[in-house]
Amino acid sequence: MNGHMTEVQAEDIVFNVKGLTKVYQMGEVKVHALRGVDMEIYSRELIVMLGPSGSGKSTLLNIIGGLDTATSGQVIYRGKDITKATEQELTEYRRFHVGFVFQFYNLIPSLTARENVAVVTDIAKRPMKPEDALAIVGLGERLDHFPSQLSGGEQQRVAIARAISKNPEVLLCDEPTGALDSATGIVVLEALERVNRELGTTTVVITHNVDIAGMADRVVHLSNGLISEITRNIVKKPPGQLRW
Amino acid sequence: MRGQVFAIALVIVSGVSTYVMLISVMDSLNLTRDKFYKDYGFAEVFASLKRAPEILKNRIDEIPGVDQIETRVAANVKLDIKGFPEPVTARLVSVPDVGSPLLNRLYIRRGRMVDPWKDNEVVVSEAFAEAHRFKPGDSFGAVINSKWKTLVIVGIALSPEFVLQARPGAISPDYKRYAILWMGRNAMGTAYDMKGAFNDVALTISDDARLNDVLIQLDSLIDHYGGLGSYGRKDQISHRFLSEEFKQLQRSAEIFPSIFIAVAAFLLNVVISRTISLQREQIATLKAFGYSNRVIGIHYIKMVLLIVLIGIAGGIAVGVWLGKGLGKIYMEFYRFPYLIYDLRPSVVTTAAFITIGAALAGTIHSVWKASMLPPAEAMQPETPARYRKTIIERIGLGPLLSQPTRIIIRNIGRRPIKSLLTITGISLSCAIMIAGTFSRDAVDFMINVQFRLSQKEDMTVTFVEPTSKKAVYELKGLAGVEHAEVFRSVPARLRFGHRSYRTSIHGIEPDSNLHFLLDMNLKPIHLPPDGIVLTDYLSTILGIRPGDMLTVEVLEGKRPIRQMPVIGLIKQYIGLQGYMDLSALNRLLREGNAISGAYLSVDSLYQHEIYRRLIDMPRVVGTVVRKDEIRNFYETQAEALLFFTFVATILAGTIAFGVVYNSARIALAERSRELASLRVLGYTRAEISYILLGELGLLTLAAIPLGFILGRALCTYIAIALSSDLFRIPASVEPATYSLAATVVVVSACVSGLIVRHRLDRLDLVAALKTRE
Repeated sequence: MNGHMTEVQAEDIVFNVKGLTKVYQMGEVKVHALRGVDMEIYSRELIVMLGPSGSGKSTLLNIIGGLDTATSGQVIYRGKDITKATEQELTEYRRFHVGFVFQFYNLIPSLTARENVAVVTDIAKRPMKPEDALAIVGLGERLDHFPSQLSGGEQQRVAIARAISKNPEVLLCDEPTGALDSATGIVVLEALERVNRELGTTTVVITHNVDIAGMADRVVHLSNGLISEITRNIVKKPPGQLRW
Repeated sequence: MRGQVFAIALVIVSGVSTYVMLISVMDSLNLTRDKFYKDYGFAEVFASLKRAPEILKNRIDEIPGVDQIETRVAANVKLDIKGFPEPVTARLVSVPDVGSPLLNRLYIRRGRMVDPWKDNEVVVSEAFAEAHRFKPGDSFGAVINSKWKTLVIVGIALSPEFVLQARPGAISPDYKRYAILWMGRNAMGTAYDMKGAFNDVALTISDDARLNDVLIQLDSLIDHYGGLGSYGRKDQISHRFLSEEFKQLQRSAEIFPSIFIAVAAFLLNVVISRTISLQREQIATLKAFGYSNRVIGIHYIKMVLLIVLIGIAGGIAVGVWLGKGLGKIYMEFYRFPYLIYDLRPSVVTTAAFITIGAALAGTIHSVWKASMLPPAEAMQPETPARYRKTIIERIGLGPLLSQPTRIIIRNIGRRPIKSLLTITGISLSCAIMIAGTFSRDAVDFMINVQFRLSQKEDMTVTFVEPTSKKAVYELKGLAGVEHAEVFRSVPARLRFGHRSYRTSIHGIEPDSNLHFLLDMNLKPIHLPPDGIVLTDYLSTILGIRPGDMLTVEVLEGKRPIRQMPVIGLIKQYIGLQGYMDLSALNRLLREGNAISGAYLSVDSLYQHEIYRRLIDMPRVVGTVVRKDEIRNFYETQAEALLFFTFVATILAGTIAFGVVYNSARIALAERSRELASLRVLGYTRAEISYILLGELGLLTLAAIPLGFILGRALCTYIAIALSSDLFRIPASVEPATYSLAATVVVVSACVSGLIVRHRLDRLDLVAALKTRE
């Protein structure tokens, strides 16, 4: 399925996912969220994962992000299988290597924009300054506002600033525009695109919004726990040209 | 919610069980006492005199209102017990030769009554027998009217007159060194030259009689026979101590349970408000389906009632269990033949009503708000929390704070009232612990003042009757006696205006080296040559101030009545007395240089030898050794003290646990999303635990000093509430008591913190990301 990418050198592979399955026990019923997923994610790529709800895209992202465990299969991150990692190793993995952006922003309501970013920079190894991270997402002027004083789009951009401020290897975004109207969503996507382009952060965005796929390097289609198709955009659309 | 229900129920259990324990013990003691008094004919009027012919009984009988009369011979004796080298004194009381006494009958636990024809048989009090492991058939020596005699124990008994068996003037019952003995009237009459005479009388009066009238008429009859003033039950020493104990139980039953119930109401309020805010959507859905406000309100009220009822049921069970334990401890002090444990249904219903009332009062507002919420509004999530920078940051300390610390202080700052209530709840547990255990400090303080600052003598020797001052030379001549000072003690009624109080006046040598009078700052004062000095509490009872003229009616000898100025007040925690210069008292009594006894300081190496010699001195009726008295006091208190410390620790621990656990659980429910987000961002379990538990830790730390202040205030209140003429409790709290209280609070908080920490470790990270605030 992904044979056309084999010319890429091995050291540029950030994630190598092999035969990943995930079965949830929901009461009496077993739910097969992932049924054997194989894929690779390359350095500096922007991937959009598309699929309807229940397709397994969030489960895949959660396992890659070290938030959930796999039933079987492997996720090799820079040569290390994170499905075998201990709780402590996973915490460290999330702490130093992964940046997360969530659908509902998940900011700390008691902290200002700057402080929400500082939550991460305080514990990171080579962070940027919180002010710089916020400037990248265009919020250099709203440093001292609390989440309750910010709009949804602004809150999500604080979340992006927070995610990138540690200079992560990979940025994982779960429905980042899901709770936003389209105009605001585009501003958020522009921020993501800029981070990917300027900082070279490998970025995975999951969404059920087909229109967002236009800004990706590659688009991974999931349905029913399997990758049904991976497509490559020859020409990436800037987010400003996206419409939904 | 199971854990929270459990924690709240536990606080209710504590409150209800304390109440049930204290009230049921009080009722049980009351019931037991009343039954014992009734069944064994406890007298209502008592009087001692020097010697009166038996015929006087007929004239006493003519006093209107007098029902039954019992004349007796009573005396104080020294005992000489083999293998027990310390001085032991006893009250020897006669029993009729034929039949059992009319009044103050004996409950014979073992053995039999005395044989009237044998002059060496005695029945002994049970507490004394137990302390020395005596059984019928054993014997000991006694000095009866100056003659050494072997007495054989034929029975072991209890009497309504000596439920509390304490030597007059002692600070606590002393079963080893003070005994009650009963002997046949004939034998005692012979020994004390009281054939056809008596020196002690007890009466009951008819229901319509006025006690005061009877006392006045009785006094006027016995005055000629050296009467020492009659008194009613309320002044009878054993009865007095019992009544004081009941007062103490009643007060404790008011104070402690109220604190628990208030805390429980607060916790219910917090938990129910939280539950309701979590269930807004369900409420809205139900209302949209047409459920009425009333039905919704009743649903939550049922939930409150369920928690409260669990607490009440548990509280009653634990209360009965603790009550029986406490009853057993009281039975060590108060010698009843049996304890009738009584739990009145009204105690249970009162406890239930108060608890339910408080619980509903604490929750009704939230329930009402929930039931009144319009469905459309209830469907919406609650508006997001607003935060602002706290005062700590505004004064410029902000840059010093880490983000997690910032989260902690802003959370506290966002809900100042809730934080304050949490602090108050925790501080109350600290206060309860202090109030429940400070008695040890109070006792230490009392002992220190009484025996180390005021009464520095090693031994007090009392003579059979007032004796010439020369008698002291005999004492001074004993090997090992380093110093001796004499005193005169005389019973007297002190009057000011319409108030009067019966006590004794002590005449002591001015510039004494052994006996010091202390002012309000516990500094020794100089005793002036004229006038009288009173214990401060006595001046309060009489409403008299220094400078006022006090009327003194001496109840002994020539019974002079004199007016004299009160020239000062002194601090004393035990008993109430008047003090005069010895010569001034002798002048008042018109009796020359008479003394009642002497204070000795002795070389401890010679102590036992001195006791032996004192037993042999016919003049000496009793000896009290300071060290023994202190040791005995601690021994008698020890078990009760341990019990109360145990109960207080459990109760304080429960409150601290209940408050901290509930706050932690609610904080966890409110913040689980925030904390999960931080976990996702790479924070470790320890780091997020810090945020959740750090807040509670901070509140707990803030609560401790407040708890110290509240605890100290509670101790002062208890001390004032329980003050009586028998003793005043100093509100003295030592650092060790504070630190024990703080330790209990911190440990309880840590335990609840650890339980919640366990839940934090199982936080569902994925779910937190999918839910909206």
